[in-house]
Amino acid sequence: MTDTRYTKDHEYARVEGDVATVGISDHAQEALGDVVFVELPALGAKLAKGDSAAVVESVKAASDVFAPVSGEVVEVNKDVDAQPALINEDAMGRGWIFKIKVANAAELTSLLSEVDYAAFLKTLA
Amino acid sequence: MSDPATLLTPLHALHVELGARMGPFAGYDMPIQFASGILAEHLHTRSRAGLFDVSHMGQAELVGPDHATVAAALERLCPADFLGLAPGRQRYSQLLNAEGGIIDDLMVSRPPDADGRLNLVVNASRKTIDFALLESSLPSSVRLTRLDRLALVAVQGPAAVAVLERLEPNSGLAAMAFMSARPIRFGRFTAFVSRSGYTGEDGFEISLPADEAEAFARRLLADPEVASVGLGARDSLRLEAGLCLYGHELDETINPIEAGLAWSIQKRRRLEGGFPGAARIQAALASGPARKRVGLRPEGRAPARDGAEVVDASGAEIGRVTSGGFGPSVGGPIAMGYVADSAAAAGTLVSLIVRGKPLAARVSPLPFHPHAYHRG
Repeated sequence: MTDTRYTKDHEYARVEGDVATVGISDHAQEALGDVVFVELPALGAKLAKGDSAAVVESVKAASDVFAPVSGEVVEVNKDVDAQPALINEDAMGRGWIFKIKVANAAELTSLLSEVDYAAFLKTLA
Repeated sequence: MSDPATLLTPLHALHVELGARMGPFAGYDMPIQFASGILAEHLHTRSRAGLFDVSHMGQAELVGPDHATVAAALERLCPADFLGLAPGRQRYSQLLNAEGGIIDDLMVSRPPDADGRLNLVVNASRKTIDFALLESSLPSSVRLTRLDRLALVAVQGPAAVAVLERLEPNSGLAAMAFMSARPIRFGRFTAFVSRSGYTGEDGFEISLPADEAEAFARRLLADPEVASVGLGARDSLRLEAGLCLYGHELDETINPIEAGLAWSIQKRRRLEGGFPGAARIQAALASGPARKRVGLRPEGRAPARDGAEVVDASGAEIGRVTSGGFGPSVGGPIAMGYVADSAAAAGTLVSLIVRGKPLAARVSPLPFHPHAYHRG
């Protein structure tokens, strides 16, 4: 069963087994505007929770994507490399950025659930 | 909610109504982008017509007994030839400090129908400084009047002239030459219009009474060719056009020769001087400046931004990026900056330090996107 969790920096981690698919939320892509470039992490990179894992560049500015959990990068999305606009079109789906093998499942529990993230977004309005 | 001390232009309510994402700029609450986003607004301007609210900029007029007196007064502060500016013409120049550094850049127009007047448009971020400087420098026979009750809108793009001709047929606007300026009647008010802009496209800047601005903007937006454009796309458009932005390519430590603006200093002024920093500027003209404004094209797809170091093959710093981002019409990252004269030739391979790593880039001619000014 997949479970999508969120960070307060607007990353999501969709967990299936011990692999989390990471991207930025729909709220984040909307706030960023048109994405023109994505700097992907290196395959095999070992990240600690909170490390800058990727960079999403919009027309106006660069934005860090932080690792929501610790682990090793096992896949990166070549589609967003070629078509950065996928992040705007489908941030939660085809616009995923990288997949990470979760080193410590306990870290997932401190992330926000879908419901809690939606409530968090309301506080920002 | 915006801070009550924030300034609003006459079109603020309209921008909010249209769902613009607002942000602070030069003390004003301005539209950064509208619903379609920066990329779409940029591309729309280059193919159809973009409507820009630039009412935050400083508008003023210099008034004196005759053209020669007013022109001479402005020539004491700026290096352009204003004496030779014909009625109905507009010229680009800079206000200079004693070292020849740029206090601001500005557009100066000579109305065709009133002697002894020059219209000025200066940057929003500098207008307080500019007007104080002008007021303290003018002779008693010349007066500066701030035109705070005027709005300023720009209509830019290949469809601009057709849009304005549909709005007000036979106004005379369609026959205007590039860099000309004249009053144009739009129904019940008269605007002062110049055929110029900040996008590299054909277009017009329209100075009109503030209380007419919203109705005028709505009439323009009713034309299917017209879309509202915010400051985000204004910046990407001018960057592609190779145009300077004060506070980035221009500041008080940079002179017009380094900035590649020698073309705006007409021959008589180069020879005669008589403006602040003239000796230094004449020396830079004679021997070439030590550093030059250039275009930079990163070879990959990552943009380099304002402040990035430019280094040579040995890793030595040779310059700095002053503006950088993504060029929607160009389809890739573009930047402008200053590099040492020895590295300024087009094609020179350099590196731009982005997130601590050197990214390959080449010095590029400007503009990145060809200008499409009206030359008819």
